[in-house]
Amino acid sequence: MATDLPGTDVVVVGLGAAGGVAVLPLTQAGLKVIGLEAGGWLGSRDFAPDELRNNLRNWPQAVQKAAREAPTVRTHDNTTARQGGHPMMNAVGGTTMHYWAQSWRLNPWDFKVVSETTRRYGAARIPANSTVEDWPFGLEELENFYDKVEYAVGVSGKAGNINGALNATGNIFEGARAREYPMPPLRGSMFTELMSDAARRLGMNPFQGPAAITTEAYEGRSACLYHGFCNKGGCHVRAKSSTAFTTIPKAMETGNLEIVTHAQVTKIVSNSGGKVTGVEYVRGNEVYFQPADVVLLSSYAYENTRLLLLSKSSAFPAGLANHSGQVGRHYFSHHQGAGVQALFPGNLNNWYGLPAQGVAVDEWADDNFDHSELDFIGGGNLWVHTDRRPIAAASMSTFGRAPNWGSQWKAFIMENADRSNSAYIQKTTLPYSHNYLDLDPVVKDPLGLPVTRITARHGENELRIAAFTQEKMEQWYREAGAIEVNRSNISNTMGASTHAYGGTRMGDNPQTNVVDRWGFAHEAPNLGILGASVMGTSGARNPTLTVQALSWRSAEHLINNWRSITS
Amino acid sequence: MASNSKDDPAIPSRRNLLKSAGLLGTAIAGAGSATHVIAAESSSGNQSSPVREALETLSSAEADTLEAMVDRILPSDDAGPGAREARAAHYIDRSLASDHASSRSLYAVGLTLLNEHALQTHGLDFHRLNAEQQDAILTAVQNDEIPGFNPSGAGFFSMVKSHTIQGTFSDPYYGGNRNFVGWDMLGYPGVRLAVSESEVAQGENLAPNHQSAYDSQSFTKTQAGRSGGAGRGN
Repeated sequence: MATDLPGTDVVVVGLGAAGGVAVLPLTQAGLKVIGLEAGGWLGSRDFAPDELRNNLRNWPQAVQKAAREAPTVRTHDNTTARQGGHPMMNAVGGTTMHYWAQSWRLNPWDFKVVSETTRRYGAARIPANSTVEDWPFGLEELENFYDKVEYAVGVSGKAGNINGALNATGNIFEGARAREYPMPPLRGSMFTELMSDAARRLGMNPFQGPAAITTEAYEGRSACLYHGFCNKGGCHVRAKSSTAFTTIPKAMETGNLEIVTHAQVTKIVSNSGGKVTGVEYVRGNEVYFQPADVVLLSSYAYENTRLLLLSKSSAFPAGLANHSGQVGRHYFSHHQGAGVQALFPGNLNNWYGLPAQGVAVDEWADDNFDHSELDFIGGGNLWVHTDRRPIAAASMSTFGRAPNWGSQWKAFIMENADRSNSAYIQKTTLPYSHNYLDLDPVVKDPLGLPVTRITARHGENELRIAAFTQEKMEQWYREAGAIEVNRSNISNTMGASTHAYGGTRMGDNPQTNVVDRWGFAHEAPNLGILGASVMGTSGARNPTLTVQALSWRSAEHLINNWRSITS
Repeated sequence: MASNSKDDPAIPSRRNLLKSAGLLGTAIAGAGSATHVIAAESSSGNQSSPVREALETLSSAEADTLEAMVDRILPSDDAGPGAREARAAHYIDRSLASDHASSRSLYAVGLTLLNEHALQTHGLDFHRLNAEQQDAILTAVQNDEIPGFNPSGAGFFSMVKSHTIQGTFSDPYYGGNRNFVGWDMLGYPGVRLAVSESEVAQGENLAPNHQSAYDSQSFTKTQAGRSGGAGRGN
């Protein structure tokens, strides 16, 4: 039996990018918050510049919960799903401890994919079987919350549109923002200049993308020191604006946040009236019940869905908030395969680069270009960056110029270790009726609970975007002087990703969405869900800042409507 | 040192000597001539390995085969030192006791098959073959032409290659990249905790600093700021 603990106002399940932001407005408003986190605290001394430990050994210093419950993956209903890896991590701060820290706002089109596509090209252009909907609100609703997060965590970048005034050193395709970023962008380099010049010759508008990385001293944290181990690395000087270094400590200063580490939540408990009453969690060998007036679930897309499906009760026999059968639906992940690699004739001086230091081109993303004569909607953001470390460099493609082992291979990597580059192209991905998450019927985690099963494959729209954006990327690399260009294939599965969306989609229609426009469950009003699991479209960029803005907005809604939500 | 143990890499077994003598069409199987054959065929220089650390996981025979294999994947040659000087095999031996423990049996099977194939085809242990013979066998492994590998010869080769890269180019703390030969090979100027714009612009011409991440007390077991050993755990 679970040990009953004293109650609290709000329990937050998971203190990563989403929960780690929500705790700040909640505690500042005077609510008592308990944050349950499966991982522990990590600090600067845990963040050695060590490629092996960071990039190949999956952070052995962290609790390996995500790895132990990695989802299984399959493309079709009638096949067996196989367990793969899980790229997220567990710690206070979650994956913001080691993410690339790119901190984009979505573009205006991403909120209105259905209505804007219909208006410009006709409804027939929405791909068959896609379940995509417009968001229940537009970018302008979220602007204020993007702004709050950018300043609370510390995001560097250059605005492209301040109240309608465009600035071509930023992204001219972004929606209007109220003010400039709190810090200027990361510095450029020989390589970023090379690529920027080439983009301009092609008539494109290159710019340095936004990053949750300090470029000046910011609220007691150092500016980035560019040591080159940012890719899946923690920052030894806390320049990476993880929630563990920003919003969580600020929330703790209020005295209203209690953090319980190494707590694995196994069930959200609900009563016969359909309200949630708290959560059960395992810590060591003990099981506890933490009562709360409100539960905020912020444990990443796969775990958000899993916990709802595991939390069956008499009121919710099909899983919590799942009378509609919508929990697990509208799943998609960024299809980040289909990359492009280039080989240059000289060194690029990219040792000590980082994935957030680079050049973006947004001309081919979203609906920033005319699709009238094309056979897809959406597009991709082209991103080249300076990231390079020795093991990765030695593992580079030989571009067909050398065998892959022996003296000739050795000569190749000696000559070319600092001459290759890999583009990162994030692309529009849509939800489809045949893609979903549920519980695996066989594979279980060490507690004996079924893991999440992914059933998902790309549609024709995704494959066409991949081919189109690879062509644009190759042109850009060739213009910059690349002597070889490789295009990698796209895998057909939408497997476990750091950019996973859906499962608890947000929308006004309770028949097709799990949470309402504020992020609270249609069927269980004192259950809020935070994370990209509520997002109905992906945009062509990293989800984290949007997740954080939505989390802040849900938290403010809770504060402003405490009585009605908890009554 | 001298022993008649079959597993002692310094002493070829009599059976192998006879086999190799037969294959080479040599009439005399005396120790002297056999040693001569071995010396002549060991052009890849395995006999002059600079350091032989204690083995944590592999048997000595497995280690001999692995040493030879990593040396062919990333050879020591006119362009400079390779995986052998980096002690990539030592890295792998250690990693099989920790992060790569689940690959231990793959190594046991793969290295044994490799050596058995060498014995069957040449009458010599794999590490005693010359470079061309070793390369031919490794190519056959990579092309799945030798049965028995789990899950495949290509998979085994690919695993060893990726571990060889790790052992050559990872932080020296883990037992490879000895004397920073891996980082120097690539022109990587080394781990630094802060890098200025002008240092980045020097690219590979920036003087290598030859530091392990764990030479910084910030990341060692001793509390930051205290005195204490920050040496590499070779």
